[in-house]
Amino acid sequence: MLGKLTWSAIPFDEPLPLLSGAVVGIVILAILVTVTLKGWWPYLWREWLTSVDHKRIGVMYLALGLVMLLRGFSDAIMMRTQQAIAVGSAQGYLPPQHYDQVFSAHGTIMIFFVAMPLVIGLMNFALPLQLGVRDVAFPVLNSVSLWLTATGALLINLSLVIGNFARTGWMAYPPLSELAFSPDVGVDYYLWSLQISGIGTLLTGINFVTTILKLRAPGMIYFRMPVFCWTALASNLLIVTAFPILTATFMMLLLDRYVGMHFFTNEAGGNQMMYVNLFWAWGHPEVYILILPAFGIFSEVVATFSGKGLFSYRSMIWATLAICVLSFMVWLHHFFTMGAGANVNAFFGIMSSIIAVPTGVKVFNWLFTMFRGRIVFQTPMLFAVGFIVTFAIGGMTGVLLAVPPVDFVLHNSVFLVAHFHNVIIGGVVFGALAGINYWFPKAFGFTLDERFGHASFWCWLIGFYLAFMPLYALGLMGMTRRLEHIPDPGWQPLLLVAGAGAIVIFCGILCQVAQLYVSIRTREQRRDLSGDPWNGRTLEWSTSSPPPAYNFAVLPRVETIDAFWHMKRTGRAPVAPAYEAIEMPRNSPAGFITAFFATVMGFSLIWHIWWLAILNFVAAVIVVLIAGWSIEREEEISAAEVAQMERARRRPA
Amino acid sequence: MTIATTRNRTLTAVPAELVHGRGGGGPAPKRIVVAYGFWIFILSDMVMFSALFAAYAVLSGNNAGGPTAPELFNLRNVFISTMCLLLSSYTCGIGVLSAERGQPALLEVFAVFTFALGAVFLFIEATEFVGMVTKGAGPWRSAFLSSFFTLVGTHGVHVASGLVALVYLMAQVRAHGLRPAVLRRLLCWSLFWHALDIVWVGVFTLVYLMGAY
Repeated sequence: MLGKLTWSAIPFDEPLPLLSGAVVGIVILAILVTVTLKGWWPYLWREWLTSVDHKRIGVMYLALGLVMLLRGFSDAIMMRTQQAIAVGSAQGYLPPQHYDQVFSAHGTIMIFFVAMPLVIGLMNFALPLQLGVRDVAFPVLNSVSLWLTATGALLINLSLVIGNFARTGWMAYPPLSELAFSPDVGVDYYLWSLQISGIGTLLTGINFVTTILKLRAPGMIYFRMPVFCWTALASNLLIVTAFPILTATFMMLLLDRYVGMHFFTNEAGGNQMMYVNLFWAWGHPEVYILILPAFGIFSEVVATFSGKGLFSYRSMIWATLAICVLSFMVWLHHFFTMGAGANVNAFFGIMSSIIAVPTGVKVFNWLFTMFRGRIVFQTPMLFAVGFIVTFAIGGMTGVLLAVPPVDFVLHNSVFLVAHFHNVIIGGVVFGALAGINYWFPKAFGFTLDERFGHASFWCWLIGFYLAFMPLYALGLMGMTRRLEHIPDPGWQPLLLVAGAGAIVIFCGILCQVAQLYVSIRTREQRRDLSGDPWNGRTLEWSTSSPPPAYNFAVLPRVETIDAFWHMKRTGRAPVAPAYEAIEMPRNSPAGFITAFFATVMGFSLIWHIWWLAILNFVAAVIVVLIAGWSIEREEEISAAEVAQMERARRRPA
Repeated sequence: MTIATTRNRTLTAVPAELVHGRGGGGPAPKRIVVAYGFWIFILSDMVMFSALFAAYAVLSGNNAGGPTAPELFNLRNVFISTMCLLLSSYTCGIGVLSAERGQPALLEVFAVFTFALGAVFLFIEATEFVGMVTKGAGPWRSAFLSSFFTLVGTHGVHVASGLVALVYLMAQVRAHGLRPAVLRRLLCWSLFWHALDIVWVGVFTLVYLMGAY
């Protein structure tokens, strides 16, 4: 009746996950009770859970990413403490079984449920505004994407208290991830949560590619699009072409585990290296899926806060597209040690080094944009400058690792760990934090507190260097990754420094929480009435903060790049024109309900509760069919209503 | 509104330099947006199939002492099923053309043909699968058979869901008539159906023809 699910699934013998699970459970319960008592459910349901407004969906993605950042970061703190104290005869406080789950969960969560939601959330929020249109191409699909991503996040968190998580590392390489060596539900949690959220990501990719290529304000030819739109286009093209590979690969591993097939098993002709190849044929483009939008954010931020147009807009775009194409030609550098032969390794080593060229073009473009600009060091700009320095270092260690003979020495050492944290924290996380600080006033109508913003930046920057520079040295000294116990006491001093760095980063996160709290408390004093707090250049700043549901009462007409800057210069700034009726998509509960069934289905599949899985699969399909039945999905806002709303909106200014 | 008038309106509304292939004409009409998005979806589906093809190419020789491709494949049956699928694309095409001309009755006739041909294809495939499993050549026998069943089976699942979608869309045609929204969905469905043909051409060539000899 309940498959493999019994009371023994709850780890009563391990106090740590149980305790944290209980705390999270109590917090969630408290939130639910508050929402119920205050009668907020109708509001939540109407305005958020069923919303198909890209701005709301973007904000929810960001909230998901930030909450999961706390989860992933607590894993990080646990690992850093364990490695700092479990030296020599000391065993630390995490048994190997638990430690292995912690590092697997940390990687999986940080990539799929922190970095991806943050990046997708910012794209969701900013893209249609920058393109000067009213929504994405497929608004209901957008909501489905969001809730399927949330499903994945929920499943992965459930593994904390019901059963366990994978002990395989975040790549789940076979044969370790095969049934023979991982017979419990850990790998199944990993596979199903990523499979379900992966469908959401793929739909996002389809949605955004279509939006960028087919929905732009009149006059916005390709070479007038803001750079963030270009990098988002490249990123989403990569989603569309890379994520199906991951889906297929996980499907094969699932068939191995559930049906007894032999794709990656040790016996009957399975081939483990095929998994590794397929995984990284997705995995390397994934790196650029994350970093390209961050490049776009920095391009917007650097131009805005230097008071200058971006230096060499065209070369920035060609560099973006070059990276987009090259990202598919380098995957083998993740496993030079496989033994593919000198020629193959040489090819992939050279291709990997070549990626540094377009990236270098970008770095110089940002530097030349700042050159002789009127630089204003607001929080987003601080993150941008911190990024340029940090990312350059990470890029150089990347080129080092791209040299096969060097890689043979450093493969799977903490040098590698230092490298990819260098580019992901210094690139993606700084980018997301810059983007959040940059677009927050647009989303909520008031600016974020600068003092705490600056403090959080310095904590993140210093904490990052303290936490990861020692790992470069340790890697060169021979320390491999994922050690639950440190055999060499000589490594301990540097590990203590790294642990201190993690604590400094934690202070940065605390500063961000404080920043949010203080800003909300003092929001009346920090209202952005102009809609353009940074003297921005692109169209999102031409509408009010927060924008109305329809973004633009009249679609802007674009004549140059940096369209809004041009409008301000030529005095063509927002006028009160003749309003026309606007068609907006209706709210839809389809995404939320589908994801509900998908969650139960995923859980049942993990625990082999077949009848429940089939039931929920059928239910999810029926929801989709019902949602696809309707003809009229738009409702019209009449011209008079638009005029009235616009008058009300513009009164304070 | 016909296509011609839409085009004229666009020309007068936007400077000429903007409409000539540089994408300055403003948001595209819904018909274009939906079809475009669906093309991108098909592209992603093709990428998934290419991963399965790659897996088959890697594993097709790894039969672990079990049955090999020439022992298992029956080209006669596969040829019949291939012809059914190709023919179903033809009937599907005519069906959509009649829908565009506003002839729901004709559409229905060709939809029935399309459904029947697709069903025959699936039936032949299912018989082949059952035959192989009873011969002890199930997907758990060897890596070669795992990749074979997964590649061909995934295509089969696509065909099956295509049939479900066809019934669903024909119900929409009955309920709503050939409105623009329904026509858009029919068009997307036919894109999907043709794409499955293309995948099958790959399967027929790489799996069956190259495997049988």
